Amino acid sequence: MAPTPASFSVLVEVRLREGIADPQGATIERALPALGLSGVTGVRAGKSFRFSIDADDEAAALAQATVVADRLLANPVIEESSVTVSPAAQP
Amino acid sequence: MTARVGVVIFPGTNCEHDAVLAVERLGASADLVWHGDTTVGGYDALVLPGGFAHGDYLRPGAIARFSPVMEAVGRFAADGGPVVGICNGFQVLTEAGLLPGALQKNRGLRFLCTDVTVRVESSTSVLTTGVPLGTELVIPINHFEGNYTCDEGTLARLRDEDRVVLRYVDNPNGSVDGIAGVCNEARNVVGLMPHPERASDPLLGSVDGIVLLSALLRSAVAGPVEPSVQATVA
Repeated sequence: MAPTPASFSVLVEVRLREGIADPQGATIERALPALGLSGVTGVRAGKSFRFSIDADDEAAALAQATVVADRLLANPVIEESSVTVSPAAQP
Repeated sequence: MTARVGVVIFPGTNCEHDAVLAVERLGASADLVWHGDTTVGGYDALVLPGGFAHGDYLRPGAIARFSPVMEAVGRFAADGGPVVGICNGFQVLTEAGLLPGALQKNRGLRFLCTDVTVRVESSTSVLTTGVPLGTELVIPINHFEGNYTCDEGTLARLRDEDRVVLRYVDNPNGSVDGIAGVCNEARNVVGLMPHPERASDPLLGSVDGIVLLSALLRSAVAGPVEPSVQATVA
């Protein structure tokens, strides 16, 4: 009997690779003193994506989500991504 | 022979008519090619003009790369046909893997709309063939993501292989090594951020873009870059 597909929640975070200048993060960091904050450094801006995948198991969901992250959501020339998969909450 | 130019448009492209007019005034014929088309037959050269293909959603060029026409553009390029991406078109070509590197947000996060001076750094790409090295051209830029970025290995290759086609005289956007335009190994695919079609009439303030567009039309008439030529210059 074929396994029953289940739904998995996916979180993909995309950020610039180390060493790639991040003008957005730098600009955010320069704005922080206006909040009266000091000591916040190393701000890096990125993007996060959430979606659901139907797959036979978590490993299959991770494999599919990784394809989505590598082929579309991130530009590997300048960005890297991390993928987190978890069973979808039951309705 | 009249060069036939295909100007590829995506939803959100907005410089296509400028490109068509500019090459027509130089004696070429030009048609618009819709992004859903799966062939680009019958053309001597392709131009991917500026704009905001697919709204620049995700990243400029990231969605356009999956448009059906891009497979045909890839085959046209692989067969040696001249392909030029201007501004957003350059971004599309990098996302499609037809050119190396990526275009990041400008240093300083400024949208730049201004004339810049660029220097011709290679005379052997389809966009600069016959143009003397060191020629300086005043051409407008109009972009937020024009900051050319690549890793050190790629930059070393681009330099060693004479593939930096244009450099800014005064780097406006933080591009690595002041790069304003690059070409592929075979030199028949070129991307540049400046808009030569917007410097093609005295009324526009500059006619320097004609130097590049004329070179493209010469390349178009000369026919596909032969594999043997590719091998000697790659």
